[in-house]
Amino acid sequence: MKPIPSSHPSARQIADDIRTGHRSATEVCEAALADIASANPRLNAFVTVTADSARAAAARIDSDRARGAGLDRPLLGVPVAVKDNLCTAGIRTTAASRILADYVPPYSATVLTRLEQAGAVLVGKTNLDEFSMGSSTEHSAHGAARNPWDEARTPGGSSGGSAAAVAGGMVPVALGSDTGGSIRQPAAFCGLVGLKPTYGRVSRYGLIAFASSLDQVGPMTRTCADAALLLEAIAGHDPHDATSAQVPVPPLREALGRGVAGLRIGVPRALLAEGVDAGILHGFEIALQRWTEAGATLVDIALPHTAYAVPVYYLIATAEASSNLSRYDGVRYGYRAPLTREQGLRDAYALSRAQGFGDEVKRRIMLGTYVLSHGYYDAYYLKAQQVRTLLRRDYEAAFGVCDAVAMPTTPSPAYRLGEKTGSPLQMYLEDIFTVSANLTGLPAISAPAGLTPEGLPVGIQLMGRMFDEATLLAAAQVLED
Amino acid sequence: MSALTRDEVRRIADLAHLALSEEELARFTPQLSAILEMAATLARLDTSGIEPTTQALALPTERDDNERQPLPRASALAAAPDAALEAGLFKVPRVL
Repeated sequence: MKPIPSSHPSARQIADDIRTGHRSATEVCEAALADIASANPRLNAFVTVTADSARAAAARIDSDRARGAGLDRPLLGVPVAVKDNLCTAGIRTTAASRILADYVPPYSATVLTRLEQAGAVLVGKTNLDEFSMGSSTEHSAHGAARNPWDEARTPGGSSGGSAAAVAGGMVPVALGSDTGGSIRQPAAFCGLVGLKPTYGRVSRYGLIAFASSLDQVGPMTRTCADAALLLEAIAGHDPHDATSAQVPVPPLREALGRGVAGLRIGVPRALLAEGVDAGILHGFEIALQRWTEAGATLVDIALPHTAYAVPVYYLIATAEASSNLSRYDGVRYGYRAPLTREQGLRDAYALSRAQGFGDEVKRRIMLGTYVLSHGYYDAYYLKAQQVRTLLRRDYEAAFGVCDAVAMPTTPSPAYRLGEKTGSPLQMYLEDIFTVSANLTGLPAISAPAGLTPEGLPVGIQLMGRMFDEATLLAAAQVLED
Repeated sequence: MSALTRDEVRRIADLAHLALSEEELARFTPQLSAILEMAATLARLDTSGIEPTTQALALPTERDDNERQPLPRASALAAAPDAALEAGLFKVPRVL
């Protein structure tokens, strides 16, 4: 059932192999392109494959190497995929929306520039829910992506294409973005490590905005060591993003192997009392046991406002989205609807947006517009921001008695395609465990923790203190085989 | 308080510049009402005197105030659905 051949090397191994001359960057690149050609027609993980620019980048690495140059780059020749909501200069960037179907950005996201400086080779752009709005990659103008563990099921979302690309063995590592769980939930559904960094840790410059106070870019990988490698490459202050933090990035790779001896792990038992799949709960208990065997202590904690996190999230995220997506007006870029002679500018706006956006994006723009409108602002938007404060206080209290908070990443394993598209509300409720990290800004990792009885991956989430990704990586690594 | 009528949804669509069909209005009205019903559970919490949180990170962010090269005009216009490239302008449908 396991979709990735165990022979597939990690990013770290690939970079070492190229550095020592064991393999060339060109060989590695060709192997990735061949894997994409064979697996992508089934999984629909990639929406654009950048074969030509990837081959050129790999050839440059090989010729640099022949001169002994650039060998210290940590991701030397590592093929990477990035979610198609990250701008790539000269390469189509669609956000899986019809409104950006032919959009070619004039600049690249900072994370892309940093990956390339670290020696990585971009092999393609991955599928997502339109503008990252969704949890299944079914809301995509490119069609649904599929889960490599069971192709009748969703890989999760919204970074489902990145998850399927890594779990399907097409690339060793990928970038996703996470606004309410969009890295961690697909990582959980596909048996991967997914890390949402602390808000401000990674630049959002060139990330197509969904909800600016919640969005973060982060790694999706098979191992914690690769997640550390990738995060180190992309993290750190960026003058192009006013919300990127001027906080030094510690050498995350040094946290690996540190273990969990003496670590206090908080467990919010009351949250798990109902609505969580038995197979997921079983995987969670085993993970807790492995942590205690490795020297961690479990602490009972209460997070009483988590019950309100989903409504708080959907009010704040949609309010921000309605503002961010007002830029799609068919004037400066993107789709413009054909008009009759009688129609004017206002019709151009309303028709271009109606024809260019999919259902889920329309629903969220509508909800956000409503909660920001006169007469409803206090009852919905302001109220949600106040409860966001209460949620933050819950975590401040918890981190007084523990160093990390553990819970399952999702209440259930990967569901079947089409199973939840009929009811948006049902799909939103699945985000119960992931949205709090975005609302509070705290870093959170999802780590694979075995399989359910039906053979689907279980993901365990750990949340940490602000800027303490190191503890999360070290603790998640204890769960690796 | 939370159930929306189809006319209210029509008004929201107008505010959001979305030309929705009658079919879409019919479909979205109960879906948005259900989501607002969930949101109404927040009313159970007493939040009087609680400061709102607008952003997760309250770090002071400053930047150097230096002159920089802007995006070249031709690049800015390259993705426009309609542009007067030589004049360096975006073109929009008639306003009047």
